[in-house]
Amino acid sequence: MSFLARHRIILPVVSLTVLLAATFYMQPRAMSYFGLNLLFNLAVPIALATIAQMMIIMVNDIDLSLGAFVSLVACVTATILNDTPALGLLILLALILSYALLGAVIHALEIPAIVVTLGMSFVWGGLALFILPSPGGASPDWLRTLMTVKPPFAPMAVVASVIIALVAHLLIIRSGIGTVLRGVGGNARSVAQAGWPVIRLKALAYGLAGLFGVLAGMALVGLTTSADANIALRYTLLSIAGVILGGGEFIGGKVSPTGAVIGALTLTLAASFLSFLRLSSDWQIGAQGAVLILVLTARLIFRQKGAEA
Amino acid sequence: MTDHESAPIVSLDNAAKHFGPVKALDGVSLVVTPGDCIGLVGHNGAGKSTLVNLINGALAPSSGSVGFSGGTSANEAGVRSVFQELSLCPNLTVAENLRISHTALKGPGWRRHARAEILQSLDTIFPGHGIDPMSEVDTLSIAERQMVEIAIGFAPRGMAARLVILDEPTSSLDAGIADQLLEHIKQFCAKGGAVVFISHMMGEVFEVASRIVVLKDGRIVAERDAADFTRQGLVDAMGHVTAEAADTAGTRQEFGPEVVRTEQGLTARKGEIVGLSGLAGHGQAAALARLYLSRSSAFRPGTSPEVVFVAGDRPRDGVLPLWSILRNISISVLGQGARHGLVDRDAEARIADQWKTRIGIRTDDVTNPILSLSGGNQQKVLFARALASPAPVVIMDDPMRGVDVGTKQDVYAMIRAEAARGRTFLWYSTETEEVCQCDRVFVFRDHEISAELTGADITEEKILEASFVLEEAS
Amino acid sequence: MNILTKPWLWSCVAAALAYALILGLTSGRGAGELAYAALSFGAFAAIVGLGQMLVITLGPGNVDLSIPATMTLAATLALKAMGTDPGTAVLGLGIALAVGFGVGVANYALIYLLRLPPIIATLAASLIYQSLAIWSNRGLRIKPPEGLADFATGRFLGLPNVTWVGLLLAIVVWIALERSVWGRWLLATGQNMRVARLAGVPVELVRASTYISVSVFAALAGYLLASFSGGAALNMGAEYLLMSIAVVVIGGSSIAGGNSNVPGVWGAALFMFLVVSMLNSYGAGAGARNVLTGAIIIGIVIAASTRRART
Repeated sequence: MSFLARHRIILPVVSLTVLLAATFYMQPRAMSYFGLNLLFNLAVPIALATIAQMMIIMVNDIDLSLGAFVSLVACVTATILNDTPALGLLILLALILSYALLGAVIHALEIPAIVVTLGMSFVWGGLALFILPSPGGASPDWLRTLMTVKPPFAPMAVVASVIIALVAHLLIIRSGIGTVLRGVGGNARSVAQAGWPVIRLKALAYGLAGLFGVLAGMALVGLTTSADANIALRYTLLSIAGVILGGGEFIGGKVSPTGAVIGALTLTLAASFLSFLRLSSDWQIGAQGAVLILVLTARLIFRQKGAEA
Repeated sequence: MTDHESAPIVSLDNAAKHFGPVKALDGVSLVVTPGDCIGLVGHNGAGKSTLVNLINGALAPSSGSVGFSGGTSANEAGVRSVFQELSLCPNLTVAENLRISHTALKGPGWRRHARAEILQSLDTIFPGHGIDPMSEVDTLSIAERQMVEIAIGFAPRGMAARLVILDEPTSSLDAGIADQLLEHIKQFCAKGGAVVFISHMMGEVFEVASRIVVLKDGRIVAERDAADFTRQGLVDAMGHVTAEAADTAGTRQEFGPEVVRTEQGLTARKGEIVGLSGLAGHGQAAALARLYLSRSSAFRPGTSPEVVFVAGDRPRDGVLPLWSILRNISISVLGQGARHGLVDRDAEARIADQWKTRIGIRTDDVTNPILSLSGGNQQKVLFARALASPAPVVIMDDPMRGVDVGTKQDVYAMIRAEAARGRTFLWYSTETEEVCQCDRVFVFRDHEISAELTGADITEEKILEASFVLEEAS
Repeated sequence: MNILTKPWLWSCVAAALAYALILGLTSGRGAGELAYAALSFGAFAAIVGLGQMLVITLGPGNVDLSIPATMTLAATLALKAMGTDPGTAVLGLGIALAVGFGVGVANYALIYLLRLPPIIATLAASLIYQSLAIWSNRGLRIKPPEGLADFATGRFLGLPNVTWVGLLLAIVVWIALERSVWGRWLLATGQNMRVARLAGVPVELVRASTYISVSVFAALAGYLLASFSGGAALNMGAEYLLMSIAVVVIGGSSIAGGNSNVPGVWGAALFMFLVVSMLNSYGAGAGARNVLTGAIIIGIVIAASTRRART
């Protein structure tokens, strides 16, 4: 059975490796510092958003508002944070707290997260339109510098992904409080029986999701240098797909932060790979769907093999 | 012992708990002191769970008082509970589960401490357990999970356990492991710990308990030293006449042709009641589920089903919680009376009323929600669902869990009557007394059939012999 | 007392309230036009909502995210086949329904054969349907045949024709859920799939037929919407993803499955349209409109939950 537990991470790694190898085969020039940088250019915000989604999935909920939230953060970052940093930080902090509050409300009233976050996606989207009615704004200089820094050996996107995975792993898998948070997903009743305030734990999980969502929005603006209210709407679906590709389960608190980051990288790479295939642009989106199905099929086969072993 | 150590750990003074108009507990006074091992017995609805929840502080009494020594809360007094329903987090490892209940375990290196602590507790209670503290709980068997849960209950967790409440702790354990547990309980109490032990196995209660408390209708009706009770006296105090010693049904020998034969060698003939026995978790339930699934389809709606299933694990396998009693009964027979795919609601109501009377479901109205019934009556609904169907083979997966003795006798009679009409029953039970009602018994060991017993051979001794490996493995 | 506990009532009351608030602003002028528009536009949301309701009834995790892509694909292929030629409406309808059926089969095949969570399966598949629609459409906007366009925008006995279609479907779904054996099976499956299977319910048949139903409903809605609005557009289904889920929930169906609510879907569909009109007529901008729409959805869910806690 320990093989089963281990292979949870093997599949995401294998799918990323296969996709990377195929990309290098198609486009050998990508096998360089700058090539990698180009391939994984947008990976950092997606990885951060995927970790945010993972926090919610970890406690058996799902966040359909994440894309709208990241867009809102991007709008705040590109306008208020750029003009009046103190006010901007305050607003971002308030956004994180509102996420935590959302978690508490969802738990206290026992209302389905899927619906509440659905409603929140309208709210975040509306606020984003308020702040930035038409595309524009500018990235704060320090953020731009941070996102375009060129570390030795490996490009920024790769280094940052490793750091994100490491931090999330320490936080969720290794730390005591992370273990309890996963316990909430596994069996909330027994966690409550042991004397933990589950409502605060839920708020914490949502708050962490808010934090990583804020980081995702900021990273996005650092890369694109401007924002609009719809800039990250597709992150909702990307982040869910990333968590699942990374070996996470929808229920039961089974998540893997490392896997989630790798899942996000795979999705980013899939988009780049398809453009190398010189696929008719009609089929770009469809091919992404096909890749997703393919990887999930592989996962099923892996799992059956694991169950037989 | 100092005064503090011999002071009561928990004392209840005329404590009562009401849920709306329902008096779950109606004024109970009980004192648990160090060294006590209290056997708590009572039939369904006597108030055992409510009493346990008052003792461990999960519920506050509606009136009267519950006092804990050494602090105001049950937790500070060192009161722990191990529940019948498994309460581990399946996605975490054994050691991580200790972290959940050990709130003080913090800081760097907590994993190492947790691992050492749970391993030591397991080693103490269940020597030779073979459980890896780093394995995730959902990869363990049910028995192993129960062992982990018990080990967490007795683990120090920053402060020694002083009172451990064990609610049916041996329900999933085989006899050898259960003996290890009973041995540990005795030692624990000898060292000044206290235990409240709930079990339906009278033998176990008499083995460990120093004092026995009998609950009935929310009140304590008897509380004496264990030595002052006899088994018969205990059962009488609970308010039920014991079932007369099962007079095995070896009289009927006329069965029809064989209707069931599985690869494992499980067979049954028309009109036969076939028992599945052996230690819990040795593949009986899985064999029945496989048989059911292979004889029914998830795609083809069968107009005349070959098999029906009576679940024992009601929430998981049996009850449709949002529905009325009526709809719960009729779900398996809807296809038969239907015209143009529409439900014949008159026929449906007739069937439900008829079964309500026949099987004695205690309700004014079958349109009441199923969850308004007690566990035993819910189980009757599941029997009605199966028996209302014309299917010739009835599969029963330990269906008497949580059923009181009176109901059991009714159901036994009904099963016999149905069998006499030519129905075949495959009946897995964890209670030997029930298995002795069968015409033929298959004993399972390690997911294989280890013995097939018929007629006068169906005795507790023979079943036990076939359930255990008697010779030492060479 | 008894009627107050009916969950569908709330969505209808909310719709009536929004209607009254708009008329309060216009002091009663345009009451008929507003009701007519609400019934027309509400019909599309109601049709996809009825389908989504059936899927959500299947239990936790069951939801169809391919509704927008299905609407677009069905409408695109149907309009292409009809090519604005008169007398082809039935052919187009047949093609749209066939597309819906095919999509449903494909979705279910992914869910069953690959054992994917429905959210992921329908999401991934919808990307493919979307590509198919883009590829077959090539950016052309084909007009529906005149007779069909007239039907879609026409009225009968004072009510829009599309409303009649939506009401008819609602009645069919209501009968299926409340009176038919299939409906019982669906509700049982939604409460606990394992229990249903062990009680002899052909659960996979139920799941397959439900996923096919939602796609057929979406395809029909796409066909009607394209005929109504003068042609298929690639983003024509976009707003119906959130809308379909929102109307189910606001309509009082349980998101946990096993409990559905047909009248509530219609009430919620009208409500969603009226809320937007209300905010428009009060002069709210797009941002404020979105914020309020979201707040209302959440408010209703919270209100419903506290009401449940009291009873």
